[in-house]
Amino acid sequence: MSAASAVDGGVTQRRGEASGVVRQLMPLAAVFAAAVFIPFFSNDYWVLIATRAAIYWVLVSGLNLMIGFAGQLAIGYVALLTLGAYTASVLAAGNVTPPVHPYAALVCAAIAGAVFGLIVGLPALRLRTFYFAISTLGFATIVTQIALAWQSVTGGGIGLPGPEMPAPFNTHWGFYYFCLALAAFCTWITFNIAHSRFGRALIAVRDADVMAEASGISKPHLLSTIFVFCGALAAVAGGLFATLQTYITPDAFTFDLSVLFFIAVLIGGRGSILGPLIGTIVLTLLPEFAAPLAAWSTFLYAALLLVIVLAAPGGIAALLDFQSRKPLESNRAIVPQPALLDDLLGKQGVRGDIALKDVVLSFGGVRAIDGASVDVRPGQIHGLIGPNGSGKTTILNVISGYYRPEAGTVTLSDKPLEAGRPVARADHGIARTFQTPRIVGEATVLENVMIGGTIKGHASFAEALLQLPRQIKEERMLRARAAEALRAVGLEGLGHVRADRLQHSELRFIEIARALMAGPQFLLLDEPAAGLAADEILRLGQLIKEIARRGTGVLLVEHHADLIFDICDHVTVLNLGRVLASGTPAEIRVHKEVVSAYLGG
Amino acid sequence: MLASILASGLAVGAIYALIGVAYNTMFSASRVMSFTAGQLGMLGGVLGSLFVLRLGMPYLLGLVLTLAACAVVGVITEVVTVRPVLKSLDQHLYVLSTLALALMIQHAVAVQWSTEPHPFPRLFGPATGGITDEKFWLPIVACILTIAALEFLYRHTLVGRAFLAIAEDNFAARALGLPERDLRIASYALAGMIGALAGFAGGALLLAFVANGPLLNFYGFVPVALGGLGNNRGAIVGGFALGIFQQAANFLVGGIFSSVAVFVLFIIVLLVAPQGLFGAPATRRV
Repeated sequence: MSAASAVDGGVTQRRGEASGVVRQLMPLAAVFAAAVFIPFFSNDYWVLIATRAAIYWVLVSGLNLMIGFAGQLAIGYVALLTLGAYTASVLAAGNVTPPVHPYAALVCAAIAGAVFGLIVGLPALRLRTFYFAISTLGFATIVTQIALAWQSVTGGGIGLPGPEMPAPFNTHWGFYYFCLALAAFCTWITFNIAHSRFGRALIAVRDADVMAEASGISKPHLLSTIFVFCGALAAVAGGLFATLQTYITPDAFTFDLSVLFFIAVLIGGRGSILGPLIGTIVLTLLPEFAAPLAAWSTFLYAALLLVIVLAAPGGIAALLDFQSRKPLESNRAIVPQPALLDDLLGKQGVRGDIALKDVVLSFGGVRAIDGASVDVRPGQIHGLIGPNGSGKTTILNVISGYYRPEAGTVTLSDKPLEAGRPVARADHGIARTFQTPRIVGEATVLENVMIGGTIKGHASFAEALLQLPRQIKEERMLRARAAEALRAVGLEGLGHVRADRLQHSELRFIEIARALMAGPQFLLLDEPAAGLAADEILRLGQLIKEIARRGTGVLLVEHHADLIFDICDHVTVLNLGRVLASGTPAEIRVHKEVVSAYLGG
Repeated sequence: MLASILASGLAVGAIYALIGVAYNTMFSASRVMSFTAGQLGMLGGVLGSLFVLRLGMPYLLGLVLTLAACAVVGVITEVVTVRPVLKSLDQHLYVLSTLALALMIQHAVAVQWSTEPHPFPRLFGPATGGITDEKFWLPIVACILTIAALEFLYRHTLVGRAFLAIAEDNFAARALGLPERDLRIASYALAGMIGALAGFAGGALLLAFVANGPLLNFYGFVPVALGGLGNNRGAIVGGFALGIFQQAANFLVGGIFSSVAVFVLFIIVLLVAPQGLFGAPATRRV
């Protein structure tokens, strides 16, 4: 492709991206624009209901990031609503302190919510999601108990009045517009997060956490941030809820509310903002239209939840996703454009090797690696071959930091690479692909590739929330780079497609594009040719050679001996965790033991 | 005071331990933690009170019917909420599907039975008031009997060994020709009965009360977290330890703060020993 048309492509891309964001924001804006006119066409009762929907949305918009994006099933989130409501009310009423101004009380509630949101979330940082679900459930149980029992502060079963908003927000209309504005603001900031590297990192953690780690995404760090954020939003919603109720008792915060929030997100669909917004509105309105069923409402919510999980896990968002129903072009070919690699890989400074020396690692009684030494040099392709179970992938995982060797050293430029910290590898300039492609199926191809560039972003969470200039600039840079990486590996034109719609061979090239995003100094490829057609293997080989020519060191684990001998500068043959032979392809090809043990005579 | 802390602590501990065993029994067969575990305990109390007090049945018949009904609930759990999502375990849809069923059970009971606590029948004569009352020793006896029965089942019967086999390695067990699906259904029925027994034996202590469902869901899971997923011995030790800890906190710092203490303990244990105190280390991820 000529330089001119490349620039041209970039411009179209940018225009497409801008219109994409607008297209997604439009329906959200329409919902809020319609909401502005509700008071003009209805009575105070409906304004009250609409206010309630807006308040719920303040909470659900945050919860959506946690459940819909991060996949953390917070089932007892009513606890944080309760906490916020009581904190704001107690402070505003002056039960323990001199009366606090309602705004300040709301801010204090937000802080309390942030702190407890984090505490409740702690188990989620290391454990499977059921533990988190249970810990939120446990928290929900004890918060209500405390509200009931701590009479001197909370008023016990009798309750206490909610904070009263100052003018002009002390009327039905005024309070409604206050809540609506806040809800619109929450929509905007959560939209910003969803479309930032934080939002992509969340779904990466949800669907492919091992890949996220290898891309330099720290799950504990990311989730803590989200827990703090969601806790604060939930508690603010609680403060507003107390004002709306004018008087709160522990009875007002039943577990049913938790179920409502939770289902609103799930009906809406994972990874969507519009879906959960519609879900919240529908679920808030539902009891108004189904009054005779009021006693059974929670039962029906639960039944609805079951039906959604079993029958339509995609929720409303999947129904609204018309784009993904258009058939894809069927005879697509993967045609890499190595010329574009210059930009992606840049000028590689002279660096040292990745060196494994006498590494030993066993699983149970099996010695998966038994004193192997491997040396990966910048600018060279190092092939790693051997029978199944000979330790090839294990060596790759040792370099990536997933395993801690029992003996031996792993160094980069003669400095030790810390074992057990895969998340730090991206910063060392080491990128990798996986034997089974680890892709976020529900995200677009472009977003998948952008995940690989996470460490290139420096704007903070707060900057992403408010779309500050540095964030905008970085996002544009990442997007352009991802588009370039896609063109470089030959997947041009598929950027906007949901990744789970692609063929297996295309997923392998997405993984390479994702690895290239970080501009890696070392690239570890785990059987990249598995499942590829013959002509695709040829192009893959060319691409790998071009990557190495630009200074990146490549470690290639492969079974296709042809590919290995064709492109490698150096080949190591493993057998039973030991190095059977090591040398140039020409030497290996005639090595007696290798031929008899592996290549076949 | 020490005696009453021990008596009530061991009694509630036995109930928590049994709910923990119910969690484990379902988990071993399917790798699924089910939110219905606590509801089974709640149903044990409510159904026992319904059959024996309201319908006037002899209590042995009431117990058998309660166990049978909860076994059916267990089977429904497996068929409706577990089997359809087993294919995609990594998406954790089971958390949602079992939660949905648990909520449906809870609200059906709330509407059809009552949202207030109801008395549970006395099985062995009127209350004595002391620490020798049946409400204290009955759960402990039920727990010991259950452990003995499970030990016998797992160690000395073919079916029990088949249970262990699928718990150990599902694929290998299936490859050997074990009827994995039938065993899973049987496990869920068994878990139903264990949960029901916990609720029935603990009826005099916890009453027939719909709010016990979510409470037991949490307090029954803590022993599982303490002892490690799928580890019954761990759950039993954890259950008794939790019961005594909770009751001691109850006597020392009062009702509300005892639940706070349990929650804090839960979080700390998870942070310090994520696999539980007796659990196996994490499996390979890559």
